[in-house]
This record gives sequence, C-alpha cells and structure tokens, in this order.
Amino acid sequence: MKKFLGVAIAIAALMVLLQGVEDLPPWGDPNQPASLHVSPRYIEKSLTETGVPNMVTAVLADYRGYDTLFETAVIFTAGVAVLMILRRSAP
Amino acid sequence: MIDTFFTHYNYWVFAVLLMIGLYSMMAKNNLMKKLIGMNIFQWAIILYFISIGAKRGAQIPIVVGAHGQGENLAIHAAEYINPLPHVLMLTAIVVGVATTGISLALLIAIYKQYDTIEEDKIIEALKK
Amino acid sequence: MIRHQEDIIIQTICRMLIPFMQVYGLYVLAHGHGSPGGGFQGGCIFAASFILMPIAYDLDKAKRRFTERRTILFCSLGVFIYAGVGWLCLLLGGNFLDYGKLSAILPVGPVMARYYGIAVIETGVQITVMAVMVSIFINLITSGRHEEEMRNTHD
Repeated sequence: MKKFLGVAIAIAALMVLLQGVEDLPPWGDPNQPASLHVSPRYIEKSLTETGVPNMVTAVLADYRGYDTLFETAVIFTAGVAVLMILRRSAP
Repeated sequence: MIDTFFTHYNYWVFAVLLMIGLYSMMAKNNLMKKLIGMNIFQWAIILYFISIGAKRGAQIPIVVGAHGQGENLAIHAAEYINPLPHVLMLTAIVVGVATTGISLALLIAIYKQYDTIEEDKIIEALKK
Repeated sequence: MIRHQEDIIIQTICRMLIPFMQVYGLYVLAHGHGSPGGGFQGGCIFAASFILMPIAYDLDKAKRRFTERRTILFCSLGVFIYAGVGWLCLLLGGNFLDYGKLSAILPVGPVMARYYGIAVIETGVQITVMAVMVSIFINLITSGRHEEEMRNTHD
C-alpha cells in the first residue's frame, strides 16, 4: 500500500516537473539569466583584481569569503555534533 | 513536451533522479535506505545547478598562461563557463557530507536504543 | 567490533600508498590557484589516507596518531586560522577579510597580498576538513568511545 502510494506520488510529481521544465533556457545557452548579471564581472576581473588564475577559488575565497568562513564553521559543528550524539555519560 | 527533449535533457535527468530519491524516502521501510534516498535527492539538486552553468564551446574557468600578472590578457565572458554555480555547489556538497555524517550517528543511536532500524518496528515499540 | 585480519597484500600496498596519498592531498591544496583544487578537495584526500589505516590495519594504529585531544585541536585550529586572518585584516585598517590590507606586513603589492591571503585561508580550511572527517569516521566506528581501549581486537 505504501509502495503503491509512493510510486503514484513520485510519477505525479515527475509529470508536473517535466511540464515546468519546458520554460527553462536550453542547455548551454550563453544568454541565460544565470550567466548575465554578476558572473561576467567575476570572469573578467578576477585575474586582475586577485592575481589567481582559478576563478572558482578566487570567487570562493575572496569575493565570497564570508560564506566560506561560516561553511567551515558548519563542518566543525557537524564534527562536534557527532561526538555529542554518540557519547553517553552513563556507563 | 517531447520535442524539447534534445535541448532540455539535462533537466529530464535531474527530474528523474529527484523522483528516485523522493520515492526512496517515502516508500522504503529501512531507515538506511531512506538515508540513501535523501542523499540521491541532494545530489540531483547539485547536478541541476552545475548543468545550469554550462556554455556551449566554452572552457573551464581557469585562465591558462597567466600567474600573478594578467593585465595584458583579454578575457571575454563568453569563453569561460559560469564559475558561480560551481562555487555555490562546493558549499552544498560539504553541507551534504555534514548532514550524512550526523544522520549516520543518529542511526547508530537509534539502533542502540531499539535494536532495529526498520521503521514499522520502531513505531510499534514507540506506541507501547 | 572490528576483527583483526592479517592480509599481507593489502597491508603492504597500503603501507606504500598512504604517504603518496598525503603528498597528493598537499599538492591539490597548493595548486588550487592554477588547476582545480583548493582546501576542501585537498582536505578530503588527506583524510582518506588516515581512513585507509584502520581499514587495512588495526584501529589502534590510527588512534595512536589521532588521539581525541589532537583531533579536536586540529578541528578548531583551521577555523581559528581563517577567522584570525580576517581579524588581522581588520586590525590593519580594512574590512573583515579584506586581504588587500595585508600588504602592510607582507612585502608585496595589494593584488599579490590577496593571492597569499587566499593561500593561507585554504590551508585553514584543509586542516579543519581533514580533522573533522577523521573524527566522524572514528566516532562512527567506535560508537563514540574514542578513548577507550579496544577490547577483543585479536580473536
């Protein structure tokens, strides 16, 4: 019963998704909105402003360095949380 | 819907993977299989974002032949793929690893308490 | 419970392979500027070498190298390096994490100061990621008892 309901919901959601996907830009289009606003500035200016040829590292560690700091804090918190979940003080 | 298949098939792959993950989370009984379904769901979304950043005929976003001084190189935005989805998905991958690690720890704690990881047996044990 | 199994082929190959994996992890970190790589990737590869040790050998070998105190120290050290560089830039007169102001202490211009700032930051990220991966692995295997002696390792 649960499996049949799961398959039905998954197929219904798949149909809805495939209908909605038609309006998205085609794959590899250079004029899609994801590549138009701030991304050309990162591509053109990252070598002259930071001196690093790898644009992904320059954006990750310099332009968006604040996000990377808190993401390092997130993985630190995950390590501490695993320690706290599995440790029981009572013998 | 079928006539846009050849220009949009990356979105079709993403939708199918998403639904496989969703089905595993909903309909499987074992908690470990639900966890794997959540992981598949997460990776489908990462695949979607990375496929958005592609451009036809463009290179990877690393400038070749310059190290430190790049004033005399002309860089056009149409020659390199969009680096921004890759950056955001690096963070998403690390968050996925953290979530998987913590849920595995929770699974071990549940197993120590109830001695099973089948969902219906745990619900029965909870009702008593 | 981990059963101790002697397998001479796996042990010999892992003994040869683990130092190369560590060097490769440091290589991926150091070449994050010119080729795909960086802190997260190098940290995962470095941690994989420490995870290979309990799989091939005994768990006590890994626990001797990574006691609980040292692991947690390394976790915090990476975040401290990252936030410390940001705080240093604040002291030197710029915004938080504005590496251009590091040219006041390093003998380079403002553009190359961002280059070196990025390098230090990626090192901090690698240390944290490596220590957290090893810590999660050892905690999941020993069910949280990192420091207790492993009983019944030799059946």
